[in-house]
Amino acid sequence: MRISRKVVLVVLMLFMFGIVAGCGGKAGGGEEILVGINAELSGAVASYGTNARDGAMLAIEQINAEGGVLGKKINAIERDNKSQADEAMSVSADLVGKGIVAQIGPLTSGNVQGCTLVMMDNKIPLIAPAATAVNVTVNEKGETLDYIFRVCFIDPFQGTLMAQFAYENLGAKTAVILKDASSDYGKGLAEYFKKTFTEKGGKILAEEGFVKGDRDFRATLTKIRGLNPDFIYVPGYYEEVAPLIKQARELGITAPMGGGDGWDSPDMIEVAGKANLNNTYFTNHYSVQDQNPKVQKFVKAYKEKYNKEPDAFAALAYDAVQLLAQAIKDANSTNPEDIKNALENIKDFEGVTGRMSIDEQHNPVKAGVIIEFKDGKQVMNTRIEPK
Amino acid sequence: MLELMQQIVNGLSLGAIYALIALGYTMIYGIIKLINFAHGDVMMVGAYIGFFSVSLLGTNIMVAMIFAMIACALLGVIIEKVAYKPLRRATRIAALITAIGVSLFLEYTTIFLLTPQQRIFPQGAFPVHDYNFLGLSVSNKDIFIFISAIVLMIILQFIVKNTKTGKAMRAVSEDKDAAVLMGINVDNTISMTFALGSALAAAAGVMIGVYYNTINPLMGILPGLKAFVAAVLGGIGIIPGAMVGGFILGILETLVSGYGNSLYRDAVAFGVLILILLIKPTGIFGKNTGEKV
Amino acid sequence: MKMLETRWGKFIIEVVALAVIFTLVQYFITAGIFNQYHQITLTSMCINIILAVSLNLINGFTGQLSLGHAGFMAVGAYVSVVLTKFMGMPFIVGIIAGCLGAALAGFVIGVPTLRLKGDYLAIATLGFGEIIRVILQNIDYVGGPAGVVGIPKLTSWGWLFAGVVVTIFVIQNLINSSYGRAIISVREDEIASEVMGVNTTNYKVLAFVVGAFFAGFAGVLYAHYFYIIKPETFNFLKSFDVLVMVVLGGLGSTTGAVIAAVFVTLLTAVLQAFPAVRMIIYALILILIMIYRPQGLMGNKELSVKILGRIWSGKDGSFEDK
Repeated sequence: MRISRKVVLVVLMLFMFGIVAGCGGKAGGGEEILVGINAELSGAVASYGTNARDGAMLAIEQINAEGGVLGKKINAIERDNKSQADEAMSVSADLVGKGIVAQIGPLTSGNVQGCTLVMMDNKIPLIAPAATAVNVTVNEKGETLDYIFRVCFIDPFQGTLMAQFAYENLGAKTAVILKDASSDYGKGLAEYFKKTFTEKGGKILAEEGFVKGDRDFRATLTKIRGLNPDFIYVPGYYEEVAPLIKQARELGITAPMGGGDGWDSPDMIEVAGKANLNNTYFTNHYSVQDQNPKVQKFVKAYKEKYNKEPDAFAALAYDAVQLLAQAIKDANSTNPEDIKNALENIKDFEGVTGRMSIDEQHNPVKAGVIIEFKDGKQVMNTRIEPK
Repeated sequence: MLELMQQIVNGLSLGAIYALIALGYTMIYGIIKLINFAHGDVMMVGAYIGFFSVSLLGTNIMVAMIFAMIACALLGVIIEKVAYKPLRRATRIAALITAIGVSLFLEYTTIFLLTPQQRIFPQGAFPVHDYNFLGLSVSNKDIFIFISAIVLMIILQFIVKNTKTGKAMRAVSEDKDAAVLMGINVDNTISMTFALGSALAAAAGVMIGVYYNTINPLMGILPGLKAFVAAVLGGIGIIPGAMVGGFILGILETLVSGYGNSLYRDAVAFGVLILILLIKPTGIFGKNTGEKV
Repeated sequence: MKMLETRWGKFIIEVVALAVIFTLVQYFITAGIFNQYHQITLTSMCINIILAVSLNLINGFTGQLSLGHAGFMAVGAYVSVVLTKFMGMPFIVGIIAGCLGAALAGFVIGVPTLRLKGDYLAIATLGFGEIIRVILQNIDYVGGPAGVVGIPKLTSWGWLFAGVVVTIFVIQNLINSSYGRAIISVREDEIASEVMGVNTTNYKVLAFVVGAFFAGFAGVLYAHYFYIIKPETFNFLKSFDVLVMVVLGGLGSTTGAVIAAVFVTLLTAVLQAFPAVRMIIYALILILIMIYRPQGLMGNKELSVKILGRIWSGKDGSFEDK
């Protein structure tokens, strides 16, 4: 008993010491606009997070080169959240303490949700580049979370769109879902695809999954081959989807396949192969091969700076920063509250990923496109204007 | 029936990959009783070296593999000398933590130097042909990887059982101190084991790169873990055990995905592993040595 | 001064010290001296302490290499969230159920697997941890891979403080009881202790269940602070993180586990600002500490006032042997 109490005591003293040591100083603002970049730079989705960071940094660089916003330069503070929601929360609290006017990121829905409380408590707007889950910007009562915005589609939009396309345009009556079961993104898209597809009268033959990091999908694909579906829906990210499509074609599956914006990467064609990608479709915001000068300027600048082609994450993060700059201009103020109000009133903002307006749930209203791979080229198949 | 055959083919080629990694794992474990968690990451480094050899130097895949094996053998020896050797007398769990440290170090140094984005193996590096036997699709890379795994296992078994180095390895594994007394250079033997094990990992890495086309800095984590499971399943430290463990795991995962629910694949694989361990606590090929009192 | 050296005197000092620490931190929080970032770091620190101290009971004192701690944490987190968020029960019910749920999971897993030894046990526990995660990933009721969002923030400094104190108090007293001697004897020599009439399996299971219980506690506190939980948070890498803390601190040293948990939490927080080299630095620190101090910071010794006193007076720098 004696040691135990002593231990408790000492432990707690050390503990105090640790806390005090953990206190750091604050950095001041001045003639700059402080913007926080809360990104997944290490951990499971580091490869996507760094692309998003690169996109955001490119936008900031371009804005500063053109004289900044309201005559002030944007100063970005970059922090790594290790692809974890708790770290994302801690990072956002750190950034808020440093006096940021807004935060860009994190990337995944779960990590954005980790930041939600901090942003709401401190009344600092957050723009999520790629968090697609419905409940990112609304709470469970359906009330909009005042300070959370996004520039990407929500899950129902993409899932529904692809279901309609598969049923109506491709004439698919049966489908198999093969989703990324380790991500909320895969789950969300699959859920809405299933809903719409069955409502229309189609039949889901099976719902299968894979997890992030998998490279061998042949067991599941062999099973799917036996089911002989008219369409295969593969909501996931390109690192898994590209080898998946390749293996599917190698196994002789010829059915059309579809997915969401997670497919958007130059790696798709290189990994899966041109011929294998024929007869595959995905929902997206824009096409890198779009001749729109805004898109081409972005793609060119990105290539020049980073020596690679942008994926969807880079483009969305780029737009998130541009949207923020627009809001600061509209508000004519760098006060977070004013920025938030301006964000709510964004109309017809011309982004790389399309022209968008922010609706009352803080989601962008923008056109969606269905892109088809044809002999290694992204071809716009259908364009769906916002209602 | 055809589908089952196809699934078994799928399982064998997946299992061959696990087996390839598990061989090096089990070898290093056999000699210093260290779960070398960095093994999967050495494999990743091997894959990158192979990649650069093919894409920058334009070598063919065999030369690339030899480069990768030499470089990783060196890397393995350095890792052992720097990180594990000082811990040889320490607890095994301390060495385990160091292995985790080395694993993180390799992963994130690669990310730092080469970005976390995946790299794509040039398609021409290994011309793929698909063969079709009565509706059964098998490609030459399946056959290649399967044969490599078996050949490497046989070579390894031969080295361990029939050469002088192998004898020294077994002696060190049995009793380090007695081995010293018998005039065996323990340090060299352990270095040799690491060199061999890491070279195997590199070979596996290049093959995986070719097989799945893409490599990335975190590619070693999952297969590394699976290979460890395979090694334990077969009886860790036993070379044929790693092989059999790898194939069992591969086929098991394939059958779960193919006939059960792919969403539960990993859970079932682990469940079967636990079940086997409960029935035979030292793995399938493990010797049940009574503990000395 | 004499009075202070009696049992009661010491007890009173300790209670007062705890009360002072609690009030001081509470004051810092209310007065805003600790901003939100500090509070989050403090929370992670407390949760890590509970995890490390409880895993230390299994790995350090009992000598059973378990790699499934994150799984128990997940059980605690999910059970409590189902009760508090979905069924609207009070927090205390969530805590109790979460801890008991995790303890039950510990029992179910421990009874069969603790017959295994060393690395076989490690892989089996790791496997169970992953099984728990995969199962959670497939339960739609708790959101599948997306997890549960919008968990009420019920974890306060008071709960965290209580959690840390209770965990340390219970585990420390368990170790110093006759059960504890038996548990340590299992680590030192399983066969010898069996010969001495110790039912080693029972004690191993006991340590495992108690360890799981507190891991569940940590999970409950985690879930009700960080707003969102998802299965991915509790993967085997999380178990590794906790294991790192335990080994860094020194296997079988509660103070060591606490110091290491504090150290790792602060290190993680500091390194957020260096994204490019963060994990490289972390890895190097890990390797270097293990090379230069393979027994961990504290070995299996405890840091106590007496040692501090000795070091202070310069008489003897060595640690007290327990």
